[in-house]
Amino acid sequence: MSYLVISELQKHYDSYHALRGINLNIKEGEFIVFVGPSGCGKSTLLRTIAGLESSSGGTIELDGKDITEVASSKRDLAMVFQSYALYPHMTVADNLSFALRLAKVPDAEIQEKVRSVSASLQLDPLLDRKPKELSGGQRQRVAIGRAIVRQPKVFLFDEPLSNLDAALRVQMRLELARLHKKLGTTMVYVTHDQIEAMTLADRVVILNAGQIEQVGTPLELYRQPNSRFVAEFIGTPKMNLIPVDNFAVQGDQLSLNLLDSSLSFPANRLAGPLPKAIVMGIRPEHLSLVEENGDFTGRVELVEHLGSEAYAHIQLGNNQTIILKASARSTLQDGDLVHIKVDSSEVILFNESDRVISVIAEEAGND
Amino acid sequence: MKRSITRLLMAPSVIMLLVWMIVPLSMTIYFSTIRYNLLYPGQNNFVGLMNFEFFITDPGFITAVANTLILLLSALIITVVLGVMLSALIDKPFFGRGIVRVLLISPFFIMPTVNALIWKNMMMNPVYGIFAWISQSLGLQPIDWLGTYPLMSVIIMVSWQWLPFAILVFVTALQSQDTEQKEAAQMDGATGWHIFRYLTIPHLARPIAVVVMIETIFLLAVFAEIFVSTGGGPGYASTNLAYLIYNQALLQYDVGVASAGGLFAVLLANIVAFFLIRAVGKNLTV
Repeated sequence: MSYLVISELQKHYDSYHALRGINLNIKEGEFIVFVGPSGCGKSTLLRTIAGLESSSGGTIELDGKDITEVASSKRDLAMVFQSYALYPHMTVADNLSFALRLAKVPDAEIQEKVRSVSASLQLDPLLDRKPKELSGGQRQRVAIGRAIVRQPKVFLFDEPLSNLDAALRVQMRLELARLHKKLGTTMVYVTHDQIEAMTLADRVVILNAGQIEQVGTPLELYRQPNSRFVAEFIGTPKMNLIPVDNFAVQGDQLSLNLLDSSLSFPANRLAGPLPKAIVMGIRPEHLSLVEENGDFTGRVELVEHLGSEAYAHIQLGNNQTIILKASARSTLQDGDLVHIKVDSSEVILFNESDRVISVIAEEAGND
Repeated sequence: MKRSITRLLMAPSVIMLLVWMIVPLSMTIYFSTIRYNLLYPGQNNFVGLMNFEFFITDPGFITAVANTLILLLSALIITVVLGVMLSALIDKPFFGRGIVRVLLISPFFIMPTVNALIWKNMMMNPVYGIFAWISQSLGLQPIDWLGTYPLMSVIIMVSWQWLPFAILVFVTALQSQDTEQKEAAQMDGATGWHIFRYLTIPHLARPIAVVVMIETIFLLAVFAEIFVSTGGGPGYASTNLAYLIYNQALLQYDVGVASAGGLFAVLLANIVAFFLIRAVGKNLTV
């Protein structure tokens, strides 16, 4: 049963088409992350859900009720802003209780709610302080607390961690994940950071140029990207993309010629018509070093040691560089000549319009 | 060594500023303690505090102090309240906002003398004035503003003059208000009034204090408007301290008493400023 249903949502600014027909069903209790490059419309989408931007077309339904035209104050949503947007002239306690006081909730109940929220977010010693006397992480917690205290139907987060330093960001990410487990409330979260998207989300929505590129669990997106955009966007370092010079289907083999070697895959047929061109995608961890008989040969340009692992940037012929994940104890040196083996079961192929090519590999005799 | 050089280099400007302030002040203090009437030259003997006594027991004194305070407070209230309301009103974008803003600011560019003449002859004149014309077209008796309500007329002129200053300061302050805070309040269920009351007014606390402080300095010394329009009258009805001092010095040629009045005005300004700033500072920073 879908809880928050967005259908055919459009948003036009004067001359700019920010959202081009968004369709999305969000289940109750889900943690949904909108991710995409800047300008892709993810914040606009969130703000339209919040009611801070009016939609130019389409509908938004929450819990079976059409809220497209409802004022944001009546939508029963809470939002955490990038700048936290705490009320600077009020103490932390007043910030937390502001919405409840406006709603004329009885004093005793307000105090009870504020106390329980401040206890769960460790805000107790800060209740009498003003926002400017708090550190970034504390402000962040107050902003989250202000959202929680109202017990809204959906939490909206607009890049809430982007103003924090790296260490604090990791910590707050964990706290958010914990909070979602505890509250079980639906959360919609906007970020440009794919690590936040991967670690927090039940499902990730990848947006590009005002449209949804793909929706799926983090692992689905990582393993089965629909398009070259998703494949490149998810994963650090990026997926290696190598243009294929030419290809042929011979019996149950699809063979690709690229650079100075050829690869073949067990594939009876391609789903859909034959593509005009193919780009091969392979993630750094699906390449391995071999003594001989590798698929490619290249020269190590640079090795990045990250402690737990190392990434080797390898220059193949034709000015093509690929990244390979090596073990931490790798003794690779700049300038080494290496042989690389491709794990062909992990290869992803894209056609000329950057969509993924589904290769149907049927077992022999099945047909 | 190093410190003495910095002091040496700073000395000229510091001394310059000090002289600029000290000389007029000490001369005023000196004049206030001697008999110094331009009609009796050469009889400048020391008289102690007699000039102060003369000034304070002047028949116009109590009225002048009261008028000064009434003028100050009324103009402050009018400019701050109207200023906040108007600037909040023109904060949201609308067609022709630029022109409206320029029109709202423009009275500030008009010099006080001209301002007073415009109000006296074009607006408040019981025969030719626009107010008179309005009254007549409604079938009412035109009011002789300057004759009947002299102090109120001056207050209107001065407020018209200073409202643009308040608007200018408040509009700039409103532009620096964080939109995300307003959006957050909106999400929290706040209405436009709630946002105005709980976010905008506290945000304007400091600008309001600035406006009150600066306007206090100038409003305590309103002179041109009174001089041009009512001439302090009828009687002492629209005489304030500045006008009373002028009256002593240049109409009665008594520089000594005028100096004493000047010193009293300095004292009054300090007292008023002290209380106003404290009151504003306390009440608005919620």
